Amino acid sequence: MTKLDEYSLQNLADQASREGTPVWRQVILAQMNETGESETALRQKMAGRLRVMREAIEQGRSQPGRSHSGLSGGDALRHQQAARAGKLLGGTMQSTIVVYALAVAETNAQMGRIVAAPTAGAAGVIPAVLLAAAEQHGYSDDRLLEGLFTAAAVGAVIASRASLSGAEGGCQAECGSAAGMAAAALVEIAGGSPHQAIHACALAIKGHLGLVCDPVAGLVEVPCVKRNAFSAVQALTAADMALAGIESYIPPDEVLDAMRSIGRLMHPDLKETARGGLAATTTGRKAAEEMMREKLS
Amino acid sequence: MDVFQIIGPVMIGPSSSHTAGAVRIGRVVHALLGVVPVRAALELHQSFARTCRGHGTDKALIAGLLGFSPDDQRIRDSLRLAAEQGLTWQFSEVDLKDAHPNSVRITAAGKEGEAVRLVACSIGGGRIQINEVDDLPVDFSGDYPTILLLHQDRLGLIAEITRILAGQQVNIANMQVFRSHRLGQVATFIEADQPIDAQVIKHISDLQGIDKAICLEPFRES
Repeated sequence: MTKLDEYSLQNLADQASREGTPVWRQVILAQMNETGESETALRQKMAGRLRVMREAIEQGRSQPGRSHSGLSGGDALRHQQAARAGKLLGGTMQSTIVVYALAVAETNAQMGRIVAAPTAGAAGVIPAVLLAAAEQHGYSDDRLLEGLFTAAAVGAVIASRASLSGAEGGCQAECGSAAGMAAAALVEIAGGSPHQAIHACALAIKGHLGLVCDPVAGLVEVPCVKRNAFSAVQALTAADMALAGIESYIPPDEVLDAMRSIGRLMHPDLKETARGGLAATTTGRKAAEEMMREKLS
Repeated sequence: MDVFQIIGPVMIGPSSSHTAGAVRIGRVVHALLGVVPVRAALELHQSFARTCRGHGTDKALIAGLLGFSPDDQRIRDSLRLAAEQGLTWQFSEVDLKDAHPNSVRITAAGKEGEAVRLVACSIGGGRIQINEVDDLPVDFSGDYPTILLLHQDRLGLIAEITRILAGQQVNIANMQVFRSHRLGQVATFIEADQPIDAQVIKHISDLQGIDKAICLEPFRES
């Protein structure tokens, strides 16, 4: 009877290695045990989420307009146009990831439909990484689905060992966690080992430690939309390092412990209260005042 | 762990607490009334009031009153759709004292005189808590099939209700009974492990002393 360790990335990887399967296979088996659903049903349900992710990308990258607040919108399209015009430097994979992440995050801000993965604020990260990789390297939808199962297991460990919420752990917990999940997923999609997958997760999260949640006017727009893009690119970097055989010096579970303790040390003004950081800048405060002045009716 | 709660839910953005949770609260009002209301007063507390427009909380609450689910793409157009359906509404700010920062009090009325007042909060991740129904304190989440009963304080009535449920193989997960001394009215809510048949609700509502019997089905993703 397959049951997953939800408290340790190392145990998750060890279990998969022991069974001679990727992490995603263990996740599917465990979910089948828990809910009685068939593998086909589980894959279909996940395919539904992949479909919503794709639609969010399409919606965002064709949308020139701004959100209700005026704080975001149109940048996915802008970045895409520049990439297509040959103006950018980072190469196709990077620009695709950026466009996709901005697109989903802008769709989120404009009340479009997204998949909270793990949260709405970080909803652009996993779709960007997986779907850009699919476009560049031809991964099938089945492979992407499997990656999403890997991401779910990694997310569950992060949730129990650290946090997935900006209010508890700042943006390290939202975009950082999403990047860790995306990196692990990408490694498995690319044929890496469970060991490499959890190290990719650790590396991605290391790049996010201390990242604050300081949303302007308390909305999920500035700097959230663009942070999704930065986090997605970091996830790719972490996955590549892991596939190259680079490891996190600090074991993955200890990296999660560090994230948790840093979250505790973070000042409340920097944890989704919109009282510090960018939210407290002159421009940030001005935007907040304008939003407040909008009368309810 | 539920894989689909980590990669999921599918929702309308931007915020699981200020948008998705708000839709679910509106839906509870819709379910309690049994119809789309013609009039609604929505009083927002603290954080809910402050980021209302930017998070689309207003659109989300109205969408819920229309019976939309949290992943319905019509949510961004809910104000226009509500006006087309003859709903008039009023938003205002209120101080609900020690209530959760994301709290709202909704007073709604239907065309045939149906009326309900509810206080609820959105506690994060799309989860909600209903704190008051018709000025009686309650405490349920809407995650389970829930039976909400407003009734007289009659000896033996609770036993009759639970006997009906047991007879229908419905297992009770949570049950609370709140009596208001002021009114002599009682609010009982029951969270069940199984979906509740309409016949079961009818059977319960026919019991002597039951003023209102409503079943709230938990939101299931489409």
